[in-house]
Amino acid sequence: MAYNDVSDQPLPASVKLLVAGGFGVGKTTFIGSVSEIEPLTTEEVITEASIGIDDLNGLAGKTTTTVAFDFGRITLSPELVLYLFGTPGQDRFWFMWDELSTGALGAVVLADTRRLEASFSAVDFFESRGTRFVVAVNEFDGAFHYEPDEVRAALDLKPHVPVILCDARQPRAAASVLVALIQHLLAAIAAPSPT
Amino acid sequence: MTAPGDDTWLDGDDGRLVRPYAVANGRTAASRQLDLMSMVVATGVGAYNTLEPDHVQALGLCLRPVSVAEIAARLRLPAAVTKVLVSDLADCGAVRTAPPRPGSDTSNRVLLERLLDGLQRRL
Repeated sequence: MAYNDVSDQPLPASVKLLVAGGFGVGKTTFIGSVSEIEPLTTEEVITEASIGIDDLNGLAGKTTTTVAFDFGRITLSPELVLYLFGTPGQDRFWFMWDELSTGALGAVVLADTRRLEASFSAVDFFESRGTRFVVAVNEFDGAFHYEPDEVRAALDLKPHVPVILCDARQPRAAASVLVALIQHLLAAIAAPSPT
Repeated sequence: MTAPGDDTWLDGDDGRLVRPYAVANGRTAASRQLDLMSMVVATGVGAYNTLEPDHVQALGLCLRPVSVAEIAARLRLPAAVTKVLVSDLADCGAVRTAPPRPGSDTSNRVLLERLLDGLQRRL
């Protein structure tokens, strides 16, 4: 067995899903509970004039900002690796950063029923981009329990957008949200409908 | 100044002792088309005796397939700088990178079903 000879083996395919929502809604908790690695943080310096491009030439007069985001990894097979990228919660600039959302298969919008408004911007962003998403209501201890339909109405979600209740701290609960997202994506292939 | 060869060039909570863009000699444009999700693996060969310490560290993270994002996070470098390092490594044959993925795969049923199968085994 040519274990050390990696030269002719195809590299695994990497797939990206986003975990979005307002600051403090539990994105990193969600990622950490399903990730096989401790969530990692990396950052990128972006400019308002060249968002999505790595070119930092001609910076004079342009606004730069550092966007930091957490991510985790799930190796589903030797050929397939899933990365979960948490969107920066406090920073409006990630909306302008194409690289984070480009190529993402879909997104989980985490919502905290105590302050649903923190998740409005993520819902708006994915709707306008045409990125498929599910809404996962993170059930915090002590938070008033809402039914999924109440959350759907409050967030003004389209009928086909799944709303799932979950406890982001529980690996199985977080995994079931991801399963619901993939099923949602598969359903969209079977019956295309407007995002 | 820390001598080359030190493991991380990090100073506790103060972070890196060398400015990130100095690592890449001020370059911000990578020679390869890479994104955060690009997978990288060491080839075990290549003319890397001329590499800088950061290249060597990056190479050490690629013994198994790993994404550009992970290399960036573990080196505590911005993604743009990491792409330059990985491009340098690819140019000298020390790593292979996956070719750019074809856009969005949301209509790829086979891929989605593989994802679903893998995730359902975690329930």
